[in-house]
Parts: sequence; structure tokens; C-alpha cells
Amino acid sequence: MSEKEKLPGHYLKSKEMYELPGLVEYRPRVRYRFSAGQAQTRFLEGLKEGKILGVKCPRCGRVYVPPRAYCEYCYAATSEWVELPGTGVIHTAVISYISTFRERMEKPEIVGVVRLDAPGYKEDSYEFAGLFHKLCGVTEEDVKTGRAIGMKVKPRWRPPEERVGDVNDIECFEPVVEG
Amino acid sequence: MVRVAIVGIGWYGFKPSVPELSFREMMFEASSRAYMDAGVDPRSDVDAFVSCQEDYWEGIAITDEFAPEPIGGVLRPTFTVAGDGLQGIAQAYMLIKTGYFDVVAVESHAKPSDVESLQEIYELAMDPHYIRPLGVANPFFMAGLDATAYLERTGATREHLAMVAAKNRNNGLLNPRASYASRVTVDEILDAEPAVYPLTRYEIASFADAAVVVVLASEEKARELTDTPVWLEGIGWATEAGTGSPEWHLWGMMPSMRVAADMAYSMAGISDPMGQTDFAEVEDRFSYAELVALEELRIAPESAAHKLLEQGVFDYQGRYPVNPSGGSLSMGVAFEATGLARLLEAVLQLRGEAGAHQLEGVERAVVASWRGPPTRTSMVAVLSV
Repeated sequence: MSEKEKLPGHYLKSKEMYELPGLVEYRPRVRYRFSAGQAQTRFLEGLKEGKILGVKCPRCGRVYVPPRAYCEYCYAATSEWVELPGTGVIHTAVISYISTFRERMEKPEIVGVVRLDAPGYKEDSYEFAGLFHKLCGVTEEDVKTGRAIGMKVKPRWRPPEERVGDVNDIECFEPVVEG
Repeated sequence: MVRVAIVGIGWYGFKPSVPELSFREMMFEASSRAYMDAGVDPRSDVDAFVSCQEDYWEGIAITDEFAPEPIGGVLRPTFTVAGDGLQGIAQAYMLIKTGYFDVVAVESHAKPSDVESLQEIYELAMDPHYIRPLGVANPFFMAGLDATAYLERTGATREHLAMVAAKNRNNGLLNPRASYASRVTVDEILDAEPAVYPLTRYEIASFADAAVVVVLASEEKARELTDTPVWLEGIGWATEAGTGSPEWHLWGMMPSMRVAADMAYSMAGISDPMGQTDFAEVEDRFSYAELVALEELRIAPESAAHKLLEQGVFDYQGRYPVNPSGGSLSMGVAFEATGLARLLEAVLQLRGEAGAHQLEGVERAVVASWRGPPTRTSMVAVLSV
């Protein structure tokens, strides 16, 4: 916009704008202590023991990992607990080079969704027993070329003495080395 | 016009803490009971779901996404109202009135025991530019200012406020959902150290973990589902002026309650609330607030609620019982489920299912609640059998 086209008023430079007294900095100081509830508590206790536990819907047979006290589809209370072997395949994976604020991170992060082996679970269903977690030993190339999809993986557990009953008791999922 | 009825109601909790369940499991338990009560399967018989919750209470951003699954609303029309459960009831009422929805479920829950920093969350409700920096953002200062202005305006005294608290704390002793009921006397309340003058701790409600689910239906569907429909004859709501500006607040009054009441009464054809209804469940998280609300609800003439209180009109045995359940002073404030707690108590009374605190021969009730601070939003409903 040329000088004479300017509308009336005082034009702020960005430096002036950020020095306006109207900007009040505030940092929320909120804290919570989320009750895990019956289903998640049992799941988290399982992690501490190095087990991945799921719960089965008595009506449709879906296995929920992470577990729910109810089946989302049938609205039935779930109660039959099953232990999963922990192995599975990568369903989808992503490499992230940026943070939420779009800043370039020093090291890209590779995370994925693992479709867990759940005995008796119906194949080819859209929803499945699975976990979203970090992937280790999966390279940028594996993800970019699509090789990662369908890759067999297993959990890399932290040593028992370091486990606290938290999803981080599993460090990450890593490829199963054949043979 | 399609009439709308409450055909099912369920609840869980109303305890200072419900450590055994997550908030989602509480929603499932309360909704299971409501659907059992209504005789419906949410996966096939409920046409839409409304959940009333606020992100900061939940500690989850965009918390509406957590609403559908525990109440049977997955892949079905579900939405969240960031307000009190009674505002959700108004939404359900409108959905049914369109003729496209026969059965609608409304849910609200609270898990204050999961919140470690209630004070800080209330602070976040205050204006960031000139109230928060003062560092006095205790929400109860609003109540103290309001109570003082109310006493000044009406000529009521601290004794009257204590009478409200004694009435409600004692009423709750017969209600299994009233964890904070107490056999306290007016003198004990007056002798207690002030918490926020002129209020003592007996006059400020504590918090409760609770979940309430209500199933509403069109008249035709309601007649199929139940022999005891509770009709929602009218519902109204309004928000006050002066968000975050205490200077603009109409102290000692609740103009939003007046607007909400007039809206609900006009729908229900009520011109004389005390003459045409039998009792009221009214939000009372602070003792004085019950008296203010009764005046704004036109149940008591202006500046006269304390006189009727003195005459025992609002007692459990009185001519027009107010909060026979014990109110929030006895049951606790359950965040956005607070209005549904008042509704639950009124529904049980009207159905004759209130148990030990059942009133005799009640057929029509006023249900009133509000949320805040700092700006009050009020909701009023008229129910009948």
C-alpha cells in the first residue's frame, strides 16, 4: 500500500505492538490427579508385571487394549480379561520433524500404532486391540518407503525394577528379529 | 405441540470422592441406571446424546470427544454443552420439539476429587487483565460481596442465612445422596468462625463426585416407555451482564434467574409459582443464594424471602418446601452436574420414589440452578406429573 492510500490512524510497528501495556503474561497453574478407574488400573498393574492385558466384550467379542469397562459398540460391561502375547504388526507409522509450534526438532520422532496379536480376534476389522507408542529400530527410510507397515514388532520392556505401572514401562515397540 | 417427558434417570456417586471409578466409568454407571429406568437400549433407542462438561474441570482439552463412548453415543449424534446439565435438558427439549428426535439422553458428571488445584481453576475464570493480577481471586469473595449486598438491600440478617444452612443441612439427613448433611443448629452456625464474612463454612457447599443421566422422550414415546412420565412443562435460561467485571454485577440479585424463570413459567402457564407448584429444588451452594433465587423465581415477594423462611414456609414440613433433598449444601457441588442433581431430586419426589424424604401429594415442582463465577448463568425448569 502506498503512502497516500493509507487509511487514517496511527500505524503500529511490530515492536511497538508487543510493547503495548495490554499484554499480560499468565501461566495457568492447574494440577490434576486422574483416577485411572477399574479397567485402566488393572491394565497399568499388568504393565508393571510386563504383561499387556486386554478385556473382551461378552457380546461382540472385541478385545479392548487399552481396556475399557464397557464396550463402545454394544454398550455392555466388559469383564473377561485376556493376556496378549505383546507381539503385533505396525498398522501405521509417522516421522515427525516439527514440534506443535512448527519448529524443526533436532531429532525426528518416529511413532506408530501397533495392531497387537489378540488370539480369537476377528481379522480385518477396522478397530483392533492395539497401542500407540514410540517405535525404535524403525528407520526414517522404513517409514518413508512404507516398509514399516506390517512390520512385526514386540514391546521393549524396561527392567522390572524400573517399571512403575505406566505406559512408559514399555520403552518402545521394536522389530522382531527373525530366526 | 409435542410434549416432552423425563422417562428415565440414573445417578452414581454424590460422595466427596469416588476413587473406585474413573470419570468415564462413572458416566457408564449412571447411564446404565438411567437406560434401565427408561427401558431403552442406547445403541438402538436413543436418537441423540448431550453431555454437559467444561474442559478445565476435566483436565482435558476439547473434552467433548470423551463424551460419546461411556454413554452409548459412539457413531451417533452426540454433542457437548459447556454449561450446566439443565442447559443440556433445554437442548434435549428443543431436539424433541423438532419432531426428528423421539428419545434424547442428557449426561453430566463431576470429579472434583481429581482436581488438585480448584483455586487456580476458579482464578482462570476471572478477568486476566485486572482481577487475576490483584491476587485475590478466591471465588468466595464474589459470594461474600453478594451476600452482604443482599442483606443490605432486603433487611435480612445473618440469622436468616444460618437458618437456610440449618434447614438444608438437616433436610439432607434423610437423603442417601447427601454426604454433607449435618444435624447442625442455627446457633452453631452463627457461632462458627466466619469463612467469608458474612458466611461461615456451614453456609458454603463442599464439592462432590457425581454423575447423572436423564432420558427424555416425546409424549408418544413416553407413553410407550413408562407409566410415570414426568412432564417438562417449561424450561428457560439466561446469562448475566458484566463478564469478569464485578462493578457491573447486580449485587444481591440474580437477573438471569428472573429471565430464566419467566421463560419457563410462560411455557408452563404459571403466573403464581407458589400457588401453582408444590415445592422447589433451588441451587444453594451459598446459604444467601437460596433466598435471592426464591425472590427472583417469584416464589417469594421481593425482599421477603427471609420473612417466609422465618415463618417456616420453606421447611421440609412447611407449606412450600425448598430443597427437601438438602440441596447442594448437603449433596455437594458437582460442577456441571449440579443442576441435574436438583432435577434428579425433583423427579424422584414427583414419582413418589424419594424414599425417606418423600413429600406427600406433590405434583408440580420448580427446579432452578445457576453456574458461575464470575458471570452467572441461570436455568429454571417446571416439572409435573
